[in-house]
Amino acid sequence: MVHALTHVVYTTPRLVRVRSACVGAIELTGLTRRFGERLVLNGLSLSVPAGASLAVLGRNGAGKTTLLRVLATLLAPHAGNVSVLGEELPRRGWAVRGRLGFLGHEPLLYRELSGRENLSYHARLHGVGPQRVEQVLAAVGMARRGDDPVRSLSRGMVQRLAVARAVLHAPEILLLDEPRSNLDPAGSELIEGLIGRPAGLTRVLTSHDPEAALAEADLVLALEGGRAAYLGAPEGIDAAQIKELYR
Amino acid sequence: MSGATEVETASAGASADTPRPPGTLATAAAILRKDLTVELRTFETVPAMAIFTVATFVIFHFGLQRDTLSGQLAAGVLAVSLLFAAILGTNRLFVAEREQGGFDGFLLAPVDRSAMFLAKAAALFLYMAVLELVAVPAFALFAGPPRLGSALGGLVLFLALADIAFAVIGTLVSALAVHTRARDLIGPIIGLPLQIPALICFALGTGHLFTLHGSQTPPGEWLLILGLYDVVNALLAYAVFDFLLEE
Repeated sequence: MVHALTHVVYTTPRLVRVRSACVGAIELTGLTRRFGERLVLNGLSLSVPAGASLAVLGRNGAGKTTLLRVLATLLAPHAGNVSVLGEELPRRGWAVRGRLGFLGHEPLLYRELSGRENLSYHARLHGVGPQRVEQVLAAVGMARRGDDPVRSLSRGMVQRLAVARAVLHAPEILLLDEPRSNLDPAGSELIEGLIGRPAGLTRVLTSHDPEAALAEADLVLALEGGRAAYLGAPEGIDAAQIKELYR
Repeated sequence: MSGATEVETASAGASADTPRPPGTLATAAAILRKDLTVELRTFETVPAMAIFTVATFVIFHFGLQRDTLSGQLAAGVLAVSLLFAAILGTNRLFVAEREQGGFDGFLLAPVDRSAMFLAKAAALFLYMAVLELVAVPAFALFAGPPRLGSALGGLVLFLALADIAFAVIGTLVSALAVHTRARDLIGPIIGLPLQIPALICFALGTGHLFTLHGSQTPPGEWLLILGLYDVVNALLAYAVFDFLLEE
């Protein structure tokens, strides 16, 4: 069931285009990660060309979030090789941190601070100017509520701020863990230009909505028990296989 | 400005404004500023420390059944009360980082991780200094040591050096304990023994100041030992702190 990635790259027109720009923004070879005795990622190998979007599907506990956290340098692999933007992780993690945008389950925002204060704090950590804070606040439609404490905002608003935080430093790779959760259609549309396909960035995204994920993916990785149950073009996986994946 | 235009502006700003990672001190300043803002909004740490310290003086006052304390006894009461208050502050030092994703937000930034140590130690030092503005008058009220007024200069020196020890060791232990389940227990269990040398120096040095016929000059040897203890701990903590933030 596992497809060879090279085959996918050369037969998907969209990917042929991005491949010519740069190959392998993300390269995994035999990535293994445990939590205690439990093997969460088991010998995962794949390559994501620059500018491509990889959708990671799988039921709860399949290893999606763990994969994103390894790529974000927040978790170290226990075996295998991980290369992001040509830098080997975790050894050269410092070299890629400022080039990754991570949107996880938690918004990574302080509840007692306002959205503007939170973004200004992250801007200082990334060496980004205050003008950029206003730009991203406006882009996610939070400029007017930017001075309200995060604890007083709705979940959708907090998610929009989290998106603003993730793209604040203009990352080259976006690692998105269910990025549209808590967002209404208007909110989802608002962030499309920042983290969706129009952003033109290399993306790894997870979703519990397979149809939506497939629609914006160049590559699909279906995880089952930490292994790649499917790796290939979105066209190569059908509804029955997806249903089976989530059973 | 329409949503689409704002997104375009955000993207344009991103490419024009290349982020430059801040230095260690700038990063530490950003974290400290954030911590102090959160503390000023919530008043969760310093007031708790102050109330605890005053309550301890009251307990000693009634427990010892003496209106005035002098010499080693007065110094011991002050030292122990401040040390326990420091432990209280230590336990709360990383709460926001742990509960609100502050660690991940920080670890994703391309910054020197030792900056977190500098910022947290500075925050705890400032908390102790503010606490002592309340604690020393309360100590005078409930313990009434002789010659407190004339000994104030020496006492401030001892307090400053002891606060550095409390802050440095407290930050190190708190970072060690924060990822464990028994964090509230581990902090005091590891931290208290490490603080004993500072406690001894402080108590012996200030005991001399609180003696009726003692010299008004602070005993230099105890100041020196306390200062050396601070330097050794600060260097040690700075060297190992990076590893404590690793998963």
